[in-house]
Amino acid sequence: MIKLEKAMAKMDAAKAQRGEAPQPEAAQPAAAPAAAPPAPPHPVQITATSRAPRSQWWDVWDQFKTHKGALFGLSIFVIILVGIFLGPLVWKTAPSYVDLLARNKGPSAAHPFGTDQLGRDLLARILAGGQITIAVGMTAMLLSLFLGTAIGVLSGYFKRLDGPLMRLTDLFLALPLLPLLLLMVTLFREPLSKAFGPETGIFILIVTAIGATSWMQTARIVRGDVLVLKEREFVLAAKSIGTPPRRMILRHVLPNALSPIMVSATLGIATAVITESSLSFLGLGFPPDFPTWGRLLFDAVDQMQLYPARVILPGIAISLTVLSVNYIGDGLRDALDPRIRGR
Amino acid sequence: MPDATKPPLVQVQGLKMYFPITAGVFRKHVGDVKAVDNVSFDIHEGETLGLVGESGCGKSTTGRAILRLYEPTAGSVKIDGIEIAKADERQLRRMRPTMQMVFQDPQASLNPRMTIAGIISEPLDEHTQLSKKEKLLRVYELMDQVGLNRTFANRYPHEFSGGQRQRIGIARALALNPKFIICDEPIAALDVSIQAQVVNLLEELQDRLGLTYLFISHDLSMVRHIADRVAVMYLGQIVELAPRDAVYAQPLHPYTQALLSAVPEPDPEAEVDRHRILLTGDVPSPANPPKGCNFCTRCPQVKPICHEIEPRFQEVEPGRYVSCHIYQDQNTTAGNTAAPQTELV
Repeated sequence: MIKLEKAMAKMDAAKAQRGEAPQPEAAQPAAAPAAAPPAPPHPVQITATSRAPRSQWWDVWDQFKTHKGALFGLSIFVIILVGIFLGPLVWKTAPSYVDLLARNKGPSAAHPFGTDQLGRDLLARILAGGQITIAVGMTAMLLSLFLGTAIGVLSGYFKRLDGPLMRLTDLFLALPLLPLLLLMVTLFREPLSKAFGPETGIFILIVTAIGATSWMQTARIVRGDVLVLKEREFVLAAKSIGTPPRRMILRHVLPNALSPIMVSATLGIATAVITESSLSFLGLGFPPDFPTWGRLLFDAVDQMQLYPARVILPGIAISLTVLSVNYIGDGLRDALDPRIRGR
Repeated sequence: MPDATKPPLVQVQGLKMYFPITAGVFRKHVGDVKAVDNVSFDIHEGETLGLVGESGCGKSTTGRAILRLYEPTAGSVKIDGIEIAKADERQLRRMRPTMQMVFQDPQASLNPRMTIAGIISEPLDEHTQLSKKEKLLRVYELMDQVGLNRTFANRYPHEFSGGQRQRIGIARALALNPKFIICDEPIAALDVSIQAQVVNLLEELQDRLGLTYLFISHDLSMVRHIADRVAVMYLGQIVELAPRDAVYAQPLHPYTQALLSAVPEPDPEAEVDRHRILLTGDVPSPANPPKGCNFCTRCPQVKPICHEIEPRFQEVEPGRYVSCHIYQDQNTTAGNTAAPQTELV
């Protein structure tokens, strides 16, 4: 006891020296009724030393810049995107132009990547195919991420929804996916093509099919994280403040569950691209005259031993995209975590 | 300091918090962990009630049940005359600004992904319509109040020391000008030197803002320093409730006596004479408390009646409440002790 009081006396003395006497201004709220927090009662100047909070996205970008792999991935991905979307403006050969006189040609000035068995220009086909493949991959990833996160958060946070939603997840996990996809495509291809036109219809169908069958892992991982986060003291603190569940999830739970979500997002793109490829490979994706990277692979596999470049080129395109997205995700995940940031 | 003419700010009556135990495939309800079992006390405005007891006796659960962070099994909690224990969501949300909490682990109670400004202004976001600039001013004002440098506003919790984090927690609790703050072992995770700082800060704020505290701690010296009255808990029940000086000078309940005898004496000469009451055995499981008095399995002054009948929590001297048969014999008639007291069982 004596020790304690001595320490306290010392501290008080030290405080007095530093001139940290209780500010008279701060005594005011005691007098005011405690109901409403006072409107700024006295001028507290925002001085140069206390600058306004800077947007945390600048911190995120600063940290992202220090991650070499992420920067490399980002530049590769940007190059791929620019090439795919601006390339056709430069390389004007139509991807579906059939030149039967120039079949199975190797690389040349007229066809830098060579031609396929119908004499179509491979470069043009890869560029056109990339647009569709990346669009499908991104959209399907976003869809499956949204579904997975929503279901994971709901079942982790609300105990009553946990049972039903997780059994639903089990159900989807237990379904044989490929037959299901085949069934979906056969059933809905016609009506959707009629409603939205062949291209958009198939796009919607493929994206939905992939998104609706790949959210389960994300849901499981997110649920686990939410279950842990829900018991953390800062969630309890927010509850004692009276934060309603919706804002609790958006403000406290989701930001802290970002890492696994990020990882499943980057893996999700890869899965979506590969699933789309396998659907095209099975001949159930886009119609044959629509080149996608998966379709190019499918068409080239027959003559793989004679013309390996035709398999290798789309393969490299798929791998580069997936790899660069993975690195971007890695960097983003690190940059979004304030504990890693600034180290 | 307590103003006896006004009704108490906080009135807790017969608070019970049972956690169900389920077993088997069908999650059959087979019993309860009686974390808080029939606890009653009042706290007057401007007063500090210290709640002490060993680990696992239900101190923190009591605090959390009072703020409805848990759903209490039974009992009533009135804060500022308004019933909390049965209030619906909307009513409860309106009451939140009046009652706040400072948590035990300052690391765990701050969201690692929010800046200090974000954390302190969360209560303002929830309960006020201040503009962004006004909120920022209020945040700076609060940071001044708890002695944090304003330049820290954009930093994240992991960049602070334990004491600073606890100050952030206190600033958050103060943001809405609450009347009543539950301090749930606010100093347990801190170094001794920092403990003094934080406790002094809490006292200073109490003087300045007229706060009422429920100070939960297992540090008896610290409770002696800060509390006006002390409640001692054992196995989910309050065994003794009395003004601070009375408890420390002359503890009545055998458990309080044992607890206080364990406090080391700084004066070496007095330390030699200190008579330590050693309790044997373990704390019984709160899922299966003993019959009769909860303390009967370890009490050095146990009597046969203690194994049979639960003692009543009653006033033995003005302002001193004890739940023990030793003192009930003096005050209750023989007929009363002979008849089983069913009301608290």
